[in-house]
Amino acid sequence: MDRRVSFDSNPHCLEAAPESPWDEGVAHRSFSPLIEESGPSPDGRGEALEMADLAEEEEEEEDEEEEEEEEGDRDNPAVLAGQSDNPGSSATRETNPLVRQRWSAATQRVLCSMPSRTMGQSQGAIISRYCSRSEQLRLRRQSQTSIRGSTRSARPSIRGYRMEVEPKGEEDKKEQLVTNLQSLVAADRVRMLRTMPVSMAEKSELRKLACSFKSGPSLSHREVSCHSRLKYCTTSALNACNSCLSFLQSLQLWQVALKRVSGRFGTGVLSYFLFLKTLLFFNALLFIITGLFLVIPQAANPPQHGTSNVSFTGLELLTGGGYFTHTVMFYGYYTNSITNTSYGGGAAVSRSTYSITLAYFFTIGVAFFITCIILVYSMSKSFGRSFRIYKSQGNLAVKVFCVWDFKVIKVSSVRLQSENICTQLKELLSEVNCREVEKSVAQRLARVAIHTLAWAVCLGSTLGCVLSVYYFSSHMHKDHQQVASSRTVSSLQWEARMLALPVMVSTINLLLPSLFNIVAWMEEYDSPSVRTHVAIFRNLLLKVSVLGVLCYHWLGRIAVDGQSLSLKCWESFVGQELYRFLLMDFIFTVLDTLIGEFLWKLFSQRVLRRKRKPVFDIARNVLDLIYGQTLAWLGVLFTPLLPAVQIIKLLLLFYMKKASLMVNCQAPRKPWRASQMSTLFITLLCFPSFLGAAVSVTYTMWTLKPSLECGPFRGFKTMFLSGKEWIEQLKETNPNLAWLTWVHISLVENPVFLFSVAGIFLIVTYFYTQVVDGQRKIISLLQEQIENEGQDKKFLISRLQEAHEQKRTVSPRRRQLRSSEDSSID
Amino acid sequence: MGNKQTIFTDEQLDAYQDCTFFTRKEILRLHGRYHELAPHLVPMDYTDEPDVKLPLALIVNMPELKENPFRNRIVESFSEDGLGNLSFNDFVDMFSVLSEMAPRELKAIYAFKIYDFNVDNYICKEDLEKTLNKLTREELTAEEVNLVCEKAIEEADLDGDNKLSFADFENMISRAPDFLSTFHIRI
Repeated sequence: MDRRVSFDSNPHCLEAAPESPWDEGVAHRSFSPLIEESGPSPDGRGEALEMADLAEEEEEEEDEEEEEEEEGDRDNPAVLAGQSDNPGSSATRETNPLVRQRWSAATQRVLCSMPSRTMGQSQGAIISRYCSRSEQLRLRRQSQTSIRGSTRSARPSIRGYRMEVEPKGEEDKKEQLVTNLQSLVAADRVRMLRTMPVSMAEKSELRKLACSFKSGPSLSHREVSCHSRLKYCTTSALNACNSCLSFLQSLQLWQVALKRVSGRFGTGVLSYFLFLKTLLFFNALLFIITGLFLVIPQAANPPQHGTSNVSFTGLELLTGGGYFTHTVMFYGYYTNSITNTSYGGGAAVSRSTYSITLAYFFTIGVAFFITCIILVYSMSKSFGRSFRIYKSQGNLAVKVFCVWDFKVIKVSSVRLQSENICTQLKELLSEVNCREVEKSVAQRLARVAIHTLAWAVCLGSTLGCVLSVYYFSSHMHKDHQQVASSRTVSSLQWEARMLALPVMVSTINLLLPSLFNIVAWMEEYDSPSVRTHVAIFRNLLLKVSVLGVLCYHWLGRIAVDGQSLSLKCWESFVGQELYRFLLMDFIFTVLDTLIGEFLWKLFSQRVLRRKRKPVFDIARNVLDLIYGQTLAWLGVLFTPLLPAVQIIKLLLLFYMKKASLMVNCQAPRKPWRASQMSTLFITLLCFPSFLGAAVSVTYTMWTLKPSLECGPFRGFKTMFLSGKEWIEQLKETNPNLAWLTWVHISLVENPVFLFSVAGIFLIVTYFYTQVVDGQRKIISLLQEQIENEGQDKKFLISRLQEAHEQKRTVSPRRRQLRSSEDSSID
Repeated sequence: MGNKQTIFTDEQLDAYQDCTFFTRKEILRLHGRYHELAPHLVPMDYTDEPDVKLPLALIVNMPELKENPFRNRIVESFSEDGLGNLSFNDFVDMFSVLSEMAPRELKAIYAFKIYDFNVDNYICKEDLEKTLNKLTREELTAEEVNLVCEKAIEEADLDGDNKLSFADFENMISRAPDFLSTFHIRI
């Protein structure tokens, strides 16, 4: 008996009681023995002929037969027998031979035990399926051909679900499964066990059996080829990375809080908080790396030229200047001298040298490299999970089965969710019904005009803001030069003036997205996802342009022209600017969350008289997070402790946003495609955000001249040259490592090598896109094949049904004839 | 780290870890949740594998399931007798399948069982109607429900028998990347 599903009463298979299709021993049956049973002649050919005879007989006698039928609107076998498989007519309701009530017992027996019906349900089917799967996995690991036996499959099943002509007993199958499991590697075995849809008790029994014979035929290394070993190594390395990440996840930071948020607001809003958690992880990584290799060594050995005697006033927290300028926080504190530390007790006193210059160079490089790898990996994983092959939208069946968010547990949210689903279904229905509403030319023109106007307003306002930032920054620059030369303003006042630019940029970032929302409100979009994407794009454009102008201001003006501002250390100044921007962004977010959202809730409930609280704008908040993270990445080079500031900011932001959410907001009304949006957000984090930051940092290190009087790179023409110098020094001091120099010169500095590597990457990417294209074509072909199989099934079922009906009507008829003969004889 | 817990043997915990998507800590926490549903029925010592099953009514009162319209079907699908009486193994299995890390195929199998109200291995029109009514709390009119069911079956049914078999269901689920994130209960 099936373990999970109770076989209460299946009215359609009651006639099949003697041979219940739910018998556990039935793995799957082929059609042939059953058709043999039901047909009069044992061999197939005779059967086919007989069916043809019957069909002919039927055609002549159909009128007489009709009266003897039980149901009124029977399907016409002549029609079915006569015509070729015409899907159009057979799909009409009246003549559909596939409606369940009309099947005979034998037909139902056949249908109930068809492989596709028993997939994933009966124990035997599951075991045989996983048996073949584990077999395939074992063979794949041995890198032999895994397509063995494809000739035997009677159905082109995608998952290698083979139909066996002689059905093995269940016990044999189980033993084979256990053997296969034993021969798998531990990780594969665990994965296979976890994904088997059988009960826990059964799984632990299988596991016990599989693990108990450890000395059994396990994978011997001889059989594993070199290639698959390499593959196995890479997969196990990736698995190790994965398990590392999942270990970090299992630290279960904020587990309860996230559960409350998801219970009340659903998956969409939860994705914002999960994104915040991801960013926290990135910053923690950055902080650990810079802290270990830069901050701690330098803090342990403070520079000899003495600290400044500026006292700590509260304003430093805001401006980052003053007392903080000469601390570990900023670039200027770091020395380029080699610190000598002697350690070791007793007789042997060893000296270690730690070059801060090199440490700085390599730490920043390695940190960015690791961040890049992790970002690309998570982006690809997320993309793989949410990739949609079919671009259909508004698929009703999918909507019915996939829309309910199981995470929502609060009563009011559940009710709200039901209402939302109701609304969505009604919208979909109306869309389906009146799809052919043609818009008049005037309406279409009006729509295009509104869209153009909206885009003009958005782009115009973006351009306006960018220009204003540009002119204001150049004004501040001139102002700064004046102040520097005349020295009339006190340093504290001057530093307070520095806050003007950050305040302006944060105000723009706060107000303009609201303007975009208002503009979008009057526009009309085809679907909510298009609306979200357009909003994200406009917002992103604004932030990218503003950041671009600011980068020009810092790297193109201040860095180049530091002398005119009487700056000893332009890097520290830029670091302070970034600190100010980050802090202002945080303060404005706090104000917006605490005051803005609260006021908006009051406004919408009192003035606009809406019954519901406002909705949490996920896209806008995520873009704000991405903006903050870009600033942090830009600033790591100049302010090694900026990731720590960002961590504190994110922690505070989490609690604040959560509190505001609970008080001011309600669950979103529109459907939010969580997995696609998460993929989009991590892509945005990777491409404009991280890439931009990496390009700026690379530009700084490659072309800009570091200040002469401060920092670990003083005296070098560019920061990058410090690395080169070290390589050359290495050649002289340590001839053993001369090969490293050779590697550096011929590979890293050789443009031909770099070009060819880039070219190879491009070619490989092109090949992979072609492969993906080909696979997409195969998928559509397989889809067609599935549909053809469906047609075949329909055809066979109707034929089977005909055959049984014929038997039923012919045999009483024959009996009738016989009895009439007998009576005539009598 | 010494194993201070006496609820399970090490071997049992290893088995749970290998057969489900939970870690040891999570299994112990799950046992705590199972225990608090019926403290007088559920023993604290599981080393001898006691045969304790909690009835449907108790399980369905958990906050994670209480407001879910499909709570009865969920619990029934994971019970051995089909009536909703869950042993601890079944309990762990249920939350393992509904956890974040379960793959799509596994979730699809159980989702199919859940939506199959009359347990006949097909999702027929009546099953769909029941699903819809539960989803919308019977706020759609009968005509709309009928329309939605017919349209849905028309879209998803591939072999033309007017009901969805598991193959049809899985094929349809493959078009929905959101299925993994919505068919997920946090415990």
